[in-house]
Amino acid sequence: MASIDPPLSESAVQEAASVRPAASLWSTGLVAAAAWVGTAALIELWPEIIPQPYGRELAAGALVIALLLAVVAATGKLGGKAAVTIRYYGPWFLASALVVSGWEIVTAKTGLLPVPFFSSPQSILEVFFDDWERLGISVFYSVLLLAKGYFFGALAGFLTGVTIGWSRAASYWVHPVLRLIGPLPATAWLPLAFFIFPTSGSASVFLIALATAFPVTILTWSGIASVNRDYYDIARTLGAKPLFLIFKVAIPAALPHVFVGLFMGLGTSFAVLVVAEMLGVKAGLGWYLQWAQGWAAYANMYAALLVMALMCSTLITILFRVRDWSLSWQKGLVRW
Amino acid sequence: MVVLATKEAELPAAGQQIDIRNVSHQFELEGEPLPVLDNVDFSVEPGSFVALLGPSGCGKSTLLRLLAGLDQPTNGELSVDGEIVGEPDPSRILVFQDPTLFPWRTVWDNVALGLEAQGVLKRSRHRVDNAIELVGLKGFDKAYPHQLSGGMSQRVALARALVNEPRLLLLDEPLGKLDSLTRLTMQTELVSLWQRAGLTAVLVTHDVEEALFLSQRVLIFGPRPARIVADISVDLPYPRHRGDPRLAELRREALGHLGLAATW
Repeated sequence: MASIDPPLSESAVQEAASVRPAASLWSTGLVAAAAWVGTAALIELWPEIIPQPYGRELAAGALVIALLLAVVAATGKLGGKAAVTIRYYGPWFLASALVVSGWEIVTAKTGLLPVPFFSSPQSILEVFFDDWERLGISVFYSVLLLAKGYFFGALAGFLTGVTIGWSRAASYWVHPVLRLIGPLPATAWLPLAFFIFPTSGSASVFLIALATAFPVTILTWSGIASVNRDYYDIARTLGAKPLFLIFKVAIPAALPHVFVGLFMGLGTSFAVLVVAEMLGVKAGLGWYLQWAQGWAAYANMYAALLVMALMCSTLITILFRVRDWSLSWQKGLVRW
Repeated sequence: MVVLATKEAELPAAGQQIDIRNVSHQFELEGEPLPVLDNVDFSVEPGSFVALLGPSGCGKSTLLRLLAGLDQPTNGELSVDGEIVGEPDPSRILVFQDPTLFPWRTVWDNVALGLEAQGVLKRSRHRVDNAIELVGLKGFDKAYPHQLSGGMSQRVALARALVNEPRLLLLDEPLGKLDSLTRLTMQTELVSLWQRAGLTAVLVTHDVEEALFLSQRVLIFGPRPARIVADISVDLPYPRHRGDPRLAELRREALGHLGLAATW
């Protein structure tokens, strides 16, 4: 967890804002704007080896980015918080213009990379324009399936973790089972689960829950087990009963560990989700990828991968927001 | 009116009387019994301030844990106001060397811990405010423990104890980890808190000067297994003065009992 770099902490934004408070002109922004104008010109003016639709839309998009950067560069700090964020990512805007141009050249313009395995930017844009409905539905089904599985898995893992962390008897019986079954990848259950459960959907919910529950259980358990014993002594001398010790001492003290478990569980649940959708469930982004491969629609696969990356990243961002809010008492939290 | 008056009169709860009768205690350490208390026997008058002085690790802290009811003695009896100490009870509160505040709770919520655990917080919120004011931390209600200095944290720990209006305050080297200046200030504050609350205070310390400056009576313990080697009465009124020649005299006596007479 500690290795995740803080890309946009509050202080970094403030720093970026305070570095050039007086500068009315933002040179990096102007260069980036010029680069995006160049990208637009390259897309529009250099003929493609095989003509493709949506080149003009892509060029228009590049011009919009260029315009945005130019406006921010000219108006300085007037743009508020959004402008500050754009300024912070100035070098990234410049770099991405270069990447898009290079990608455009080696695919659509010269065909250096073999078509159709490598798709040009406009062919991916084409997927978003022409197939957005199917992509959108796939995202909806993926999120729905993931939410069900993750919810039950996180809940089961948390309850199991608290129980075995608190009760010696529960730990005696559950620990060996956990040691044997836990490390088994949830995907190994896939053939059996599809056979046992009435629908592939319920089987997938079970598998995602299983994949989520293991890390959540282990981390919750270790969190409860590592609570400073003095906290209990203090609470007991102040008149606390066992329920108070569990809910007001053990669980809050273990919460930082629980969130590490929830984070790890979310990661493994993505893997199981995609595999389950590829092998059994007839909906979702995993299914879309499989379907696109069947039609050799490589551009659709790149588009779906991009959407999947955005989906996973957004879900992790949400988890981190919830954690930051719940653990606001801690200092030096890693930001996502 | 009469009911009210008696209630008022009872409010500054008198301290508890402590009777410790032939208490011995031992731990199991890797299967071997490790005796820590050897036939300890003494009583403490209600409302007095007693210091237990002795070398580190001699078993004084164990005695406090027994008094708090956190552990049960191997042999002997501890009673408070004539009743044998069983489970922990909020009328007897232990303050540890580490403040051990709950880091996920604000200062206010930490102080409110006992009232919340006893289920009386809703009707006694003002007691939390009063306790925070008493230890001089007004305005820090919403601060989290990691934002406090060592001295402030220990004040919060004291407020967390005092808010329960304990009748017996067990202090386990509460100033042990503070810097020496904060320590001197807090010693004076401890005395005035004790005087205001009218409770019995038992202080465990290995600081001879602190024991003599704060308490009315100093019990000196020998090395483990702890037994009482001397019982010194500190016959000086409060507020005391560190330069008092009588304190120096007593200090010399105490050091003698601790086997440190040669350092005088």
